Amino acid sequence: MKTKNDLSWKIGGEAGFGIKSAGMIFGKIFMRAGYEIFDYTEYPSLIRGGHNTFQLIVDTRPVNSVTKAIDILVALNQNTVTENLAELTHGGVLLYDKDKVKVSPAKVSERRIKALAIPLTSLAKEAGGDLMRNVVAIGASLALVGQNLTIANRVVTENFKHKGKSVIDQNIKALKLGYDFVKTNFQGEFFCNLSTREKNNNILITANESLALGALAAGMNFYVAYPMTPSSSILHYLAAIAEQAGIVVKHAEDEIAVLNMALGAAHVGARAMVATSGGGFSLMVETLGLASITETPIVMVNVQRGGPATGLPTWTEQGDLQFVLRAAQGEAQRILIAPGDAKEAYELGAEAHNLAETYQLPVIILSDKIIAEGNTTVPFFDTKKVKIQRGKLLTAAQLTKIKDYRRYKVTDDGISPRALPGVKNGLYIANSDEHDPYGFSEEGSANRLAQANKRARKLETFSEKMPQPLVYGNPRAKKTVVIWGSTKGVVLDAYAHLEDKYKKKIKILQLQYIWPFAKEFVASILKNSKDVLLIESNQAGQLGQLIAQETGILIKKKLLKYDGRPFFREEISEALKKF
Amino acid sequence: MSKVMKAKDFNTSYKPSWCPGCGNFGMQIAMQNALVELGLKPENVLIFYGIGCSGNGVNFTKTYAWHSLHGRAVPSAVGAKLANKDLKIIIMAGDGDGYGEGMGHFIHALRGNADVTYVVHDNKLYSLTTGQAAPTSDKGTKTKSTPDGLIEVSVNPMALALSAGCSFVSRGFAGDANNLKEIFKAAIMHPGFSLVDVFQPCVTFNKINTFKYYFDRLYKLSDKPGYNKTDINMAFNEALTFGNKIPYGIFYQKVRDTYDSNLPQLKGQALAKRPMKVKDIKKFVQAFA
Repeated sequence: MKTKNDLSWKIGGEAGFGIKSAGMIFGKIFMRAGYEIFDYTEYPSLIRGGHNTFQLIVDTRPVNSVTKAIDILVALNQNTVTENLAELTHGGVLLYDKDKVKVSPAKVSERRIKALAIPLTSLAKEAGGDLMRNVVAIGASLALVGQNLTIANRVVTENFKHKGKSVIDQNIKALKLGYDFVKTNFQGEFFCNLSTREKNNNILITANESLALGALAAGMNFYVAYPMTPSSSILHYLAAIAEQAGIVVKHAEDEIAVLNMALGAAHVGARAMVATSGGGFSLMVETLGLASITETPIVMVNVQRGGPATGLPTWTEQGDLQFVLRAAQGEAQRILIAPGDAKEAYELGAEAHNLAETYQLPVIILSDKIIAEGNTTVPFFDTKKVKIQRGKLLTAAQLTKIKDYRRYKVTDDGISPRALPGVKNGLYIANSDEHDPYGFSEEGSANRLAQANKRARKLETFSEKMPQPLVYGNPRAKKTVVIWGSTKGVVLDAYAHLEDKYKKKIKILQLQYIWPFAKEFVASILKNSKDVLLIESNQAGQLGQLIAQETGILIKKKLLKYDGRPFFREEISEALKKF
Repeated sequence: MSKVMKAKDFNTSYKPSWCPGCGNFGMQIAMQNALVELGLKPENVLIFYGIGCSGNGVNFTKTYAWHSLHGRAVPSAVGAKLANKDLKIIIMAGDGDGYGEGMGHFIHALRGNADVTYVVHDNKLYSLTTGQAAPTSDKGTKTKSTPDGLIEVSVNPMALALSAGCSFVSRGFAGDANNLKEIFKAAIMHPGFSLVDVFQPCVTFNKINTFKYYFDRLYKLSDKPGYNKTDINMAFNEALTFGNKIPYGIFYQKVRDTYDSNLPQLKGQALAKRPMKVKDIKKFVQAFA
């Protein structure tokens, strides 16, 4: 049998079975063993029960997507067999808990898979408690793919360090019991070989965490949030390190308070950030306009899930693009950026704070559940490229030299000099009413036009310096695939696996800076393409609508998915081949 | 040597646009005098204004200022205090603003006890929008939005504040600017969240709760023999007193830990004044390796 060096592994069970922690341990083992990882969890909005799965892709090449097909399915309950057995590839292995799960031999032979009954619960009890059936399953899976227990023992030790030696010892025993059971009982060969490779310098991280780290590197020191899936892990992560990092992390009473509190802090000079999902963002809308008219720097993160209303709380979607572009009454200026993966989330999480301060406006980062909660391997983050740019922020010394200081002075680039409260000579009103250059309420026609035009000019200024959209694949190809956000991972992964005859015909255009819109660049690429395919996780093709609005070019071919599930690599491969 | 500040130094070049006889005039002069007597400079004071007649005061008092959204001045003020504890932070909002749209923020801010002063211009009406019923309006009040009389009973800001953990609960009267100035001074100096709800008669739309209405009913808590403002039971008793006789003054004051005093990372230099530089995040990244 031909062996391969990648693996699609899925574990399923009820909430409370330790599905996610098993997946995290399994992922860390292979990251340490020199592999690239991407993971994906499906879970209902429940504390106990329901059907939870954790899928992990292990590969020798960088990976940012999941496949529909799985090679090993670990079933901790019957439901996993019912729901997920059909995803097993031919020759794949079903590892199931003999103590809890029944599998019909007919089904196994019909699907041409191998089924291995393991007394997971009994072995876990033997190790010290039935909760460890997930760890027994990890040991069993490792044996199947030829990864010994050296790294696994270390990862398990670190993972349970806070629980003391006896818990560590029990888990190490659980690993070994699972591992030995497979070594003794599994007949034949398995087609995945994942023995330890050369060590690399990777970390395993989600885009939520990497965005938080990027912001932190760039001096973000004030974070306010209200819990909302799938943004909450930013709050959890930053709250855990707040004291050590010397930053304020506040869980406020609601999302309206969140953004207003953050603006208060930003107004006096903090680098402030908030994160939420679409529902919380909806509550922030009026305040977004306040940030825009008072020209207060703020970074707002929207980690999308399926909407509207409560929608699909724990599933994914890219349904908020048009909403966040226009959210707030009137014409409120903002910058909109969308990282495509954890590495971009780190870079943009840092850069967003520079843009917010330089252009004195809200910078919205649009992410979604796939990258926000999916762990991926990326090279260890450093801060070499991180800069602090505070734009026209005045020091006390600069302010004393200015006669007749005007906070909202009408300037050519639209950006006015900014004073911080507490500094002499800089008194002004940050006013939610239209205001004159000093900030006094002023409703006159000439002033209104001057201030509105000044605020709009900031985006024109930024447009000239804004990074261009990213192009992958064959730059001379006449077929163009248009993407934004998390679809980058699956599109680039699928593309990388294509045969050259397909590859050479395709280029991929990723819009990372979405607003202001890179009109000339996008129009020129699309005009020079013979065929264009838009891929988005929403119903209306919202980026396509924006492109039409800005360039007049209507993209007719669309691959849209909005059932809450990510695009699987197979779906994209097929679409790219047909394209 | 810096010059001695006078109340008029806190005036902007704008003449107040309030109706002649409005209670806001008394409140403005009381606040300006309080700032002067406390030796505060305009640049060290940041006032957050709500939306309403009170909020229009943003243009008339010379300090750093933030003109908020309706109901949202409180959380912004708390955020600013956490980020720069060196600023004296005051909130000026109306009763509709603060107890209607902003009621949630009010209660939660009291729980947190950030060191800010919250002045509520309480005229028992929405006046800027031409006189609809406010959360503080009495049951039965007839207004444009309640032509058959208000069905709800009014909120009780003093009792609410006491129950939510407010560490300084007070009521002032725009018709007694000298007393109000003293309450403002005590509130601003109080280390923690201080509430000053001020009866501020609307001379245009409120024909019931007039200056005379209050002159006839108000009594000073400081004149009441045996009144102990650190006794929360006494305070509750007075808070529930409303009718022919209405108390004003400081109902309750007890120092407890402020929000920022619970954050070790805020010890020392104010957060916003620390040098802004690229942070070494290596130890945090290492946890993901």
